[in-house]
Amino acid sequence: MGIVTKSYEPTFWDKLYFPALIKGLVVTLRYFFKRKVTIQYPDEKYVPPDGYRGLHRLNKYSDGRIRCVACEMCSAACPADCIEIVPGPAPWEGGKERYPVKFEIDLLTCIFCGFCEMACPEEAIELTEIYDFSDYSRDDLLIDRDGLLEVYELTKNKNYYSRAKKNEGSETQ
Amino acid sequence: MDLLGYVIIIVKVLVVFAVTLLTVLGMVYAERRVSAFMQGRLGPNRVGPKGLLQPIADGIKFLMKEDIIPASVDKPIFVLAPAILLIPALMTFAVIPFGSDITLFGRNIPLQVADVNVGILYVLALTSIGVYGIVLAGWSSNNKYSLLGGLRSSAQLISYELAMGLAVVSIILLSGSLKLDDIVADQQGHLFSWNLFKQPLAFIIFLIAVYAETNRLPFDLSEAEQELVGGYHTEYSSMKFAMFFMAEYANMITAAALTVTLFFGGWDVPMVNESSLGIWGALLSVLSFSLKMGFFLFLFIWVRWTFPRFRYDQLMKIGWKVMLPLALFNIFITAGYLTIKAVV
Repeated sequence: MGIVTKSYEPTFWDKLYFPALIKGLVVTLRYFFKRKVTIQYPDEKYVPPDGYRGLHRLNKYSDGRIRCVACEMCSAACPADCIEIVPGPAPWEGGKERYPVKFEIDLLTCIFCGFCEMACPEEAIELTEIYDFSDYSRDDLLIDRDGLLEVYELTKNKNYYSRAKKNEGSETQ
Repeated sequence: MDLLGYVIIIVKVLVVFAVTLLTVLGMVYAERRVSAFMQGRLGPNRVGPKGLLQPIADGIKFLMKEDIIPASVDKPIFVLAPAILLIPALMTFAVIPFGSDITLFGRNIPLQVADVNVGILYVLALTSIGVYGIVLAGWSSNNKYSLLGGLRSSAQLISYELAMGLAVVSIILLSGSLKLDDIVADQQGHLFSWNLFKQPLAFIIFLIAVYAETNRLPFDLSEAEQELVGGYHTEYSSMKFAMFFMAEYANMITAAALTVTLFFGGWDVPMVNESSLGIWGALLSVLSFSLKMGFFLFLFIWVRWTFPRFRYDQLMKIGWKVMLPLALFNIFITAGYLTIKAVV
């Protein structure tokens, strides 16, 4: 024989059920008038918080030179082994002597851990807030040096999504 | 009856039919939208302004889909079942008075398709026929889930129809007539002459029974998707499925209209004498009827997205052990009151 312990004894008011039913109806009605959480994606875009690890970029100095010195610290740190770098002598006078001739990231292999960012002594490689960069083929998801520099131009003002949002708004109005 | 009389009847039939079908479309939209809103979502909002054309897109989708009749089904019954469910659902509205009398072309036109003197019995009879559609659909599908859905539906009907009928009996005792017109006339006057205030217990019993009758949550055991796939319509596709769908909403519309007629004074606006206002009075009464009906249709959706489904044995227990005795008790009290009143 098991022992039945009752932690809760329903009162007469509980046994009527109707007060509880009405309480439930009030809850759903309150949600009916609440603000909706849906983000209508292609029209509105979610703005990720600071520190979000999305698509990579290669930073530049203000005079346009590439920060990267092709030291290959990032590709050494990369646990997924998705960065391929070919170094070469820098074409510009003064400053850094090395620069990457080829800097390719396989975005399908990348796990977006951010180790490359931490390993970089020149603050050249960084992860941006861009999350919607899907494509149709594997080849299209290999991003090269010029692609990474382009991403820098797109994201250097830190308003990639908020600006996109503003543009959408002005188009529809 | 002269030619004009026939024309008026045909016009009334067409208008009521069209409005019912339009309301079905509106309900399909409202169900998706309201459920989304209650869950913090937006719901369909892409097809047309605010997504209003969504039910039409759904309808086109149903029409275009392949109509599959599985090899093992009992074909004649399988094809007939959706019609058996849908036709009574659309027929029931015929006896419901949706406005006060209107005077046009020098004749008095009651806003009611057919003034049957056993109106309430007609409604109860037709809603019971609808269940045959569900049972036959479940039987002919040759599928265990469908059959279970049909069985549950018939068991549910037996346990709830009694309580519902007995709740209506107390209304009939008060009005002394089975005509829905008389029941509405009996509730005219001030707000507290509505049967809601004269018969609150009957109203609660009737409302619960109506939810069971229309197979809506919390009593949608015949199509409980977590247990029975789709219940009685598991094997149905295309327009046949759409017919089940439409029948469910048509039944809800009828149920809402009946609740309004029996307990909320029908088209009555409290403290207003509609017949003295001429055509405006009639329009006002139709508006009042629509608003009350709209509230009950909203309540259907509201309740669906609030309460969880009853278990099968709980449903039976409530039907037989709670609602039936309460309904009998209510009749006893009402009859006793009327007898004492007649004697004193």
